[in-house]
Amino acid sequence: MRIIVPIKQVPDMNQVKFDVAGGRVDRSSAGVEINPFDLNALEAAVQIKENVGGTVTVISMGPRRAVTSLRDALARGADDAVLLEDRKFAGADTLATSYTIACAIRKLGAFDLIICGEKTVDGDTGQVGAEIAEHLNIPHIAHVSWFELSAKKIVAQCEIGGRACTVESPVPVLLTLTKDVNIPRLPSFRDKAKARQVAVEVWGARELAGYADIKWCGVRGSPTRVHRVIIPSDENRKGRIFRNTIDEAIDEIAAGPLRHLN
Amino acid sequence: MNSTKEVLVFAEQNGGEIHPISFELLGKGRELADKLGGVLSSVLLGDKIAGVATELIYHGADRVYLYDHVIFHDLDLLNYKHNLVRLAREIKPEIFLLGATHWGRSLGARVAVALGTGLTADCTGLEIDRDGNFIQIRPAFSGNVLAHIRTKTKPQMATVRYKVMRSRPRDVNRKGEIIEKKTEVIPSLLAIAHQEKRDEVNIAEAEVIVSGGAGLKKAEDFSLLADLAGLLGATVGASRPPVDSGWIGREHQVGFSGNTVKPKIYLACGISGSSQHLAGMRESDVIIAINTDPSAPIFKVADYGIVGDLYEVVPKLITRIKRCRS
Repeated sequence: MRIIVPIKQVPDMNQVKFDVAGGRVDRSSAGVEINPFDLNALEAAVQIKENVGGTVTVISMGPRRAVTSLRDALARGADDAVLLEDRKFAGADTLATSYTIACAIRKLGAFDLIICGEKTVDGDTGQVGAEIAEHLNIPHIAHVSWFELSAKKIVAQCEIGGRACTVESPVPVLLTLTKDVNIPRLPSFRDKAKARQVAVEVWGARELAGYADIKWCGVRGSPTRVHRVIIPSDENRKGRIFRNTIDEAIDEIAAGPLRHLN
Repeated sequence: MNSTKEVLVFAEQNGGEIHPISFELLGKGRELADKLGGVLSSVLLGDKIAGVATELIYHGADRVYLYDHVIFHDLDLLNYKHNLVRLAREIKPEIFLLGATHWGRSLGARVAVALGTGLTADCTGLEIDRDGNFIQIRPAFSGNVLAHIRTKTKPQMATVRYKVMRSRPRDVNRKGEIIEKKTEVIPSLLAIAHQEKRDEVNIAEAEVIVSGGAGLKKAEDFSLLADLAGLLGATVGASRPPVDSGWIGREHQVGFSGNTVKPKIYLACGISGSSQHLAGMRESDVIIAINTDPSAPIFKVADYGIVGDLYEVVPKLITRIKRCRS
């Protein structure tokens, strides 16, 4: 079984600061980590490997610093890791990101499964997994809350249109998983030490020559562009805070917003 | 692609029922088409679906492209995608909108790649600016920022969040064209073995929500919130900690990893207000928060905040409401 898990290094959302006046996200204000949703994807891949054998390759597109997240993934059970790093890949929207990752996956060779997290905590689009599948011309099943592998076939449960669906697909297939699917393991010190011995491959535009047309990567390959960022404030909220005056608060709320409810 | 000024809306249906988001998209689409001086059209794919095509006209479409074929009985991703791509290549719309449901997002992503065009996810605002540019507004960074996005390619595609845009009132006197299109069938690699309608909680639709968080001491205490919810005709919600502890099902979870809700009233009981949770409920019309910690971030977004113990406040609120009604 060859399983590929695309991951992304994201800011720690509990720490990151937002500059309201400047309309900027201050990425340097926070530490970085593996996108939490990707941990569920990695855990699922490692569990399959432990059950039926195979290899798990993690791949990430990002700056050099993303190597730390790839090492973290190795410590959590991945076997090899590839970083796609090149200035020409930078500034990519989901179309260019999925294209670049798909080209790298083609370079990696034949695979059975690609497992992705549902979305990232910074980009929030949830699109890249499905887009990778389209670039690679393979089927995908999204928002999977449970799945099982049996004889070169995946059976998955997901929610579509408010209905719980059971979907079957042959491999190769790409899955995007919700957080319900498992609880990701933590790496031990021994795992981390072992991970440090594994070389992370770094591929730039040159290594992807023959697989990727560079004009479809990075900013050049991105049809969408952020024109402006606004940090919304909650100034239009009434903000009536009651301390030590619970009865008064209850009177006001019962007579106010809750008045017309049956 | 050159484009005519056509705004195309994907009408999502399952089992013959049109998802209400389709009407919301038509409401917004009408406004966009009018600003562009163009046509609002809708594409409807389904099995024995012809009977509901007029609903799309009644809700604002000038034209409906109808694909009525048994292959669309199940949500066959690859056949839906294939035919949507064929249509987009033929009519070359300026703008192409889908609902940001699981289905819409999954389908939209594949269609956008096939068309080599940009797709903006989960938009909460769509505008045509002074210069005639289509601006797509969406939350990012777990809902902490709003990004204004522009697309260089056509069609400019966007998935749009449910319960944000307004549908137009149904007008049975509206006239429009229904164009029957020929479906092209490709091999279905995916098989939907089983579909079950969930008759449980649909918190995304709730108008009033009473939600509990880490301030609850044990699973059974959700019954206190359920009592209040019963009086208010509300649905019970939860932040992540009680769901992770197994005290209540994930279908009740509100937040970035759970459901996004937009009720008239959101009552947060013992919820601190992490950005993860706020991402799911900060668009509520009125937010009422109860927490013992005066520095809890939930108070920054609350319209009414009570610094107090939910075990004291909720029973008092229940008593007060019962008294009001008798």
